[in-house]
Amino acid sequence: MRTVGPVIRRRNDEAAGALVGYLPVGFPTLDESVEAAIALVEHGVDVLELGLPYSDPVMDGPVIQAATQQALANGFRLTHGFEAVRRITERTDAPVLIMTYWNPVLQYGVDRFADDLAAAGGAGLITPDLIPDEAADWIAASERTGLDRVFLAAPTSTDARIRQAVDSSRGFVYAVSTMGITGARSDVDEAARTLVARLAEAGAPASCVGLGISTAAQVAEVLEYADGAIVGSALVKALADGGVEAAGELAGELARGTRPSEVR
Amino acid sequence: MALRAQSGPYFGDFGGRFVPESLVAALDELGEAYDLAKLDPAFGEELAELGRSYTGRPSIITEVPRFARHAGGARVILKREDLNHTGSHKINNVLGQALLTKRIGKTRVIAETGAGQHGVATATAAALFGLECTIYMGEVDTERQALNVARMRLLGAEVVPVTTGSRTLKDAINEAMRDWVTNVATTNYIFGTVAGPHPFPEMVRDFQKVIGEEARQQVIDLTGALPTAVTACVGGGSNAIGIFHAFLDDAEVALYGFEAGGEGVDTERHAATITKGRPGVLHGARSYLLQDEDGQTIESHSISAGLDYPGVGPEHAWLAAIGRATYRPVTDAAAMQALRLLTRTEGIIPAIESAHALAGTLELGTELGPGATILVSLSGRGDKDMDTAAKYFDLYDQEHPK
Ligand SMILES: Cc1ncc(COP(=O)(O)O)c(C=O)c1O
Repeated sequence: MRTVGPVIRRRNDEAAGALVGYLPVGFPTLDESVEAAIALVEHGVDVLELGLPYSDPVMDGPVIQAATQQALANGFRLTHGFEAVRRITERTDAPVLIMTYWNPVLQYGVDRFADDLAAAGGAGLITPDLIPDEAADWIAASERTGLDRVFLAAPTSTDARIRQAVDSSRGFVYAVSTMGITGARSDVDEAARTLVARLAEAGAPASCVGLGISTAAQVAEVLEYADGAIVGSALVKALADGGVEAAGELAGELARGTRPSEVR
Repeated sequence: MALRAQSGPYFGDFGGRFVPESLVAALDELGEAYDLAKLDPAFGEELAELGRSYTGRPSIITEVPRFARHAGGARVILKREDLNHTGSHKINNVLGQALLTKRIGKTRVIAETGAGQHGVATATAAALFGLECTIYMGEVDTERQALNVARMRLLGAEVVPVTTGSRTLKDAINEAMRDWVTNVATTNYIFGTVAGPHPFPEMVRDFQKVIGEEARQQVIDLTGALPTAVTACVGGGSNAIGIFHAFLDDAEVALYGFEAGGEGVDTERHAATITKGRPGVLHGARSYLLQDEDGQTIESHSISAGLDYPGVGPEHAWLAAIGRATYRPVTDAAAMQALRLLTRTEGIIPAIESAHALAGTLELGTELGPGATILVSLSGRGDKDMDTAAKYFDLYDQEHPK
């Protein structure tokens, strides 16, 4: 099974760390979302995070909201998520995580979802509105199937909750860089550095920082202290404005941040 | 265990906290502040005093015999939350949460609103306590409840029309949650109903249960007995749980919640969450919800902005699951007829939300027959709905600008 841990470790050995790229499935079309994800990998993205469009995306800012609303209007179905994972993993070596709000998984059936994701070649799930406290079913299903489980940690999380996120996650812990929702920001919060240090102290094998990262310089800055940098809205915007080619180009530019000598 | 003793985070299989980690600290802070406040007699006294000297509590009950003639001969008694300052039950909850906001030292409040009543109540409390205030309201609702938008702005609140999704209450909640995640250090979210993540369902219920506590005694004083049935409209469910709660352990008192049946529950245009939904997670809690096979929320429809919500509070889901309360749909048309009937027979213009409880009561009365006493939550007044009613009943002069 293709999981994210080994890739993140390898990228920290051979470069400054891993670049994690987010795109929603079905935007602008299912085919283009698959092609764009592959282009991201070809241009240096190490781990893919595929978002499943959802009617009530409370953690997402305007760019991702607009993209996922369009995907839903175009007829996105959950099965398209598994199809996208299968098509991407057939053509690239990158591990593919699904990022999804919890209700679609619940309605599909937690065990059935885990089985179908594993069968499609997926690496695991990032669950933005599922905290470990409510995740007993998912923890059991991912133990059974060997899928990665990425929970979030925030600057406001208590030490006990940081430890819980570390103990419950497998693959990496998603460190929320700043208080807020997805969307490119001009400076990535100093809070991220402190949070990653707290995660390391709690024993996290890997932490990736997300929310607000949009330039190679920010990727380089984050990789000074974190194991991975997660870029979402900036890639989605590039895809929306300039198509697959533009998304690939931005990925190539962001990937320079994993080789800091090139950015300075 | 007494049903009244049930507290969060779970009501049977329902409730919980399905939220981003970024909100957990704020929910914990709020929950802890609330738990301390509950034990502090000074908090209870301050809230009760605001109830007396600001809201106008206790609200009266009014027996409505001319209306009741259309209800199969049952006695019908209204609990008059419409007479509260700001015009609905929403103020009961808002004053409690605004006091808590002061206790936790935050200076800005945000809220979602559908009909605008919760937004108006929140803007009112913000003015009273000197808090900065932003209200999120679906664009569809800013149009159909324009009067309340003006009230909120006059009170000094910023009103943000929400243009995503169905542009109604559910999307206003999404936007308010996004604001909260971003500004949680300074901002408290004053949630308007008994839905959402723990501690909101329990806390909002506790601030609203005064409705039923007063009414239970008032009905006994008037009639010498408990009512046969208690009825209320159900959007998220705060006025309903507020009037039900005091009666939960009175097994002989039947409890009925009336959901918005829109154009009919056999069409796709309704908001009858318990009648037609399935358990799922929305806005931080597991409860009944209108959703498709993939778990995408289905847009609700109701002529009443305050009931136009595809979710419902977890305590109602639990009361339905254990059979303690019964939930039925009431169509737009039936609600509007009941609105006019109460107005013409009793001179009381109800909110369209509350008119759903009245319409359900008319039907229930014919089932229960003479000898029954039905206590109805008249959750709000109809001033905000005059434009909708004028168009529905064709009350404007020809030349009135539409
Ligand atoms: C007068 C009135 N009644 C009822 C409701 C529905 O809310 P709830 O179900 O929480 O009482 C509203 C909501 O805006 C309202 O304004």
